[in-house]
Amino acid sequence: MTRQLSAALKALLVLTVLCGVLYPAAILAVGLLVPDRAAGQPVEVGGREVGSALLGQPPSGAEWFQGRPSASDASGETSGGSNLGPSNPDLATAVAEREQALRAANPDAPQEIPADALTSSASGLDPDVSPAYARWQAPRVAAARGLDVSQVLRLVADHVRPAPLGGVLGQERVNVLELNVALAALGRG
Amino acid sequence: MSIALQTATAVLLVAAILAATHVPLGAWMHRVFTDERDWRVERVVYRLVGVDPRTEQRWQGYAGSVLAFAVASVALLFLLILGQGLLPWDLGRSMHWDTALNTAVSFTTNTNWQSYSGESGAGHAVQMLGLTVQNFVSAATGIAVAVALLRGLARRHSDRLGNFWVDLTRATVRILLPIAAVAAVLLLLGGVIQNLASPHSIETLTGVQQTIQGGPVASQEAIKELGTNGGGFFNANSAHPFENPGPWTNLLEIVLILLIPFALPYTYGLMVGDRRQGAVAVGVIGTLLIGSIALATWAEAHAAAGPLASMEGKEQRFGIVWSSLFASVTTGTSTGAVNSMHDSYSALGGGVPLVNMLLGELSPGGVGTGLYSYLVVVVLAVFIAGLMVGRTPELLGKTVGRTEITSAALVTLTMPALVLLGTGLSVVLPTALDARANDGPHGLSELMYAVASASNNNGSAFAGLSADQPYLNLLLAFCMFAGRFVPIVLVLRLAGSLAAQGRRPVTAGTMPTHTPLFTTLVVGTVIVVAGLTFFPSLALGPIAEALS
Repeated sequence: MTRQLSAALKALLVLTVLCGVLYPAAILAVGLLVPDRAAGQPVEVGGREVGSALLGQPPSGAEWFQGRPSASDASGETSGGSNLGPSNPDLATAVAEREQALRAANPDAPQEIPADALTSSASGLDPDVSPAYARWQAPRVAAARGLDVSQVLRLVADHVRPAPLGGVLGQERVNVLELNVALAALGRG
Repeated sequence: MSIALQTATAVLLVAAILAATHVPLGAWMHRVFTDERDWRVERVVYRLVGVDPRTEQRWQGYAGSVLAFAVASVALLFLLILGQGLLPWDLGRSMHWDTALNTAVSFTTNTNWQSYSGESGAGHAVQMLGLTVQNFVSAATGIAVAVALLRGLARRHSDRLGNFWVDLTRATVRILLPIAAVAAVLLLLGGVIQNLASPHSIETLTGVQQTIQGGPVASQEAIKELGTNGGGFFNANSAHPFENPGPWTNLLEIVLILLIPFALPYTYGLMVGDRRQGAVAVGVIGTLLIGSIALATWAEAHAAAGPLASMEGKEQRFGIVWSSLFASVTTGTSTGAVNSMHDSYSALGGGVPLVNMLLGELSPGGVGTGLYSYLVVVVLAVFIAGLMVGRTPELLGKTVGRTEITSAALVTLTMPALVLLGTGLSVVLPTALDARANDGPHGLSELMYAVASASNNNGSAFAGLSADQPYLNLLLAFCMFAGRFVPIVLVLRLAGSLAAQGRRPVTAGTMPTHTPLFTTLVVGTVIVVAGLTFFPSLALGPIAEALS
């Protein structure tokens, strides 16, 4: 058994060099060729990093589009969902509270609130909302910025990413950070 | 597009990809494990390790090597995690000793249960030197054991099953590393990050602070899926946008999970010289997997609370269909990666992943483990059929005698014993009950899911359970180790006993094991065994929740 154990230790060390050093190093080297991807697609505005195109951001003022609810407030320090089961009264309470808050903040929005606006995401960092939820927020954003609702809706429409393969892969979505960056540019223009 | 249509297209798409890959990959794996020659890099490994690659082992020796490698892996990984403060890129992260032990066992057993959170428990050095390495070698170990069993079925009058060190090295060097490297590059191009940056803080456009994480994620993500490991670099696992940024990476990750489990049956057919046997295996695992996908998607789309609540714990870019599909695939294999939070699934939708695990991780199961678990059920099915018609049960000309059936029966009993005793113990201990996030039947499901996940080496969770506490860390570590290595030793014993036999000629009385009838018999055996064992506890958990 000692012979087996010593062979095991040696095998593990050799394979560690192969799989734990050389392999990740090779992929890191490939990453140098696509630095933007390797770094998580940072978004810069005016030379300042304002986030990652892949990450949802914490909620902010009425003049910005909001992402989905997050169990970690999208702090980025951690990630994960609420893990509340459908039979858990806490989930019903959370959904009711979100509904109330959304109605108060969006007096001019349509009656029906999209599902992704009321439910927290799996990662807590979902970068996207449904096109329906983005459109739903348009009246509030337009009012807060003194813009035309139709102008804001057009901006939303320009940022809808279809689900690939004719709708088979995933769902239609709108990246909130990209939409907000475009919104800021619109306000300046 | 309706949910039903999207599900059907999604399943067809994945099936088409696997249909194209399983033959070349299966044939390649057959060549890898029957090749007489060694690659140069492999010869270097054998020289450094000090083994003669041409010396084959008896089943006891093979099992001894597997166990020695496991013990060395747990010990080294445990020390690496505890000592990570001494390494570069530790980022000030650490784990308590019981968490570290749980993690070491978890990654060594291909479970990848995580009672730590990636963002606070593991620095980049531990992720690469420890966790990525175990992602490779635990998968390679599973493949090696499956190949040893195939040799047992194929060989005649032999007391040798091959050399574990050779199988381990070849599985790593010739199968896992090349595919993982290609997949990692594709994931990187798809947006999965790969850097050594520390978390840094930024101010958003709207004036709020946010932390952006870094890490060598793409390299780990590729083998995490390919090796059916499942341990997330980040706490949110494949739901995290840095691990799984979009619909294409999601498709790639699903395909990677299924790639080897669906190719190994073809290898099996080639090894035993009868490709129809492999086709039966694909028929069984395909039936079970598609059934579970259909059920999970239907449940999530028509959950009692409606599609509204179904988006709780799911990502917008994946939606209901690709979340439910991922959930079925990750639990049908022993992967345990998640792109949505199973704890928030509807009662029935969350019951499907649980049942997938309780079937014994063979639809299609983890790399290697799925195939040997399947073959154990085949032995059972042959035995039951033999009893029914009153003939000596045979599989591929090998008699299923006392050694064979006791080994198979003990493998079949190990996992349920661990799950039921472990869950039973936990529901009477206040420390375990306090860990639940939900009350009532859903709370029981949380505990049972955890023990089932550990005992089956799956690693997914109803993540509401606060599992990072000494009792659960140690209980689950025990379940993971016993759930992995008790079956492995028994499977190798079975392989040894099969290899020692000659091959009986096929006669008019031989029951064919390549017909649709036999496929049905195997599916039936899987469902009846799991149903009889687990129905009472499922009735108290997901079924009670669904009916209330």
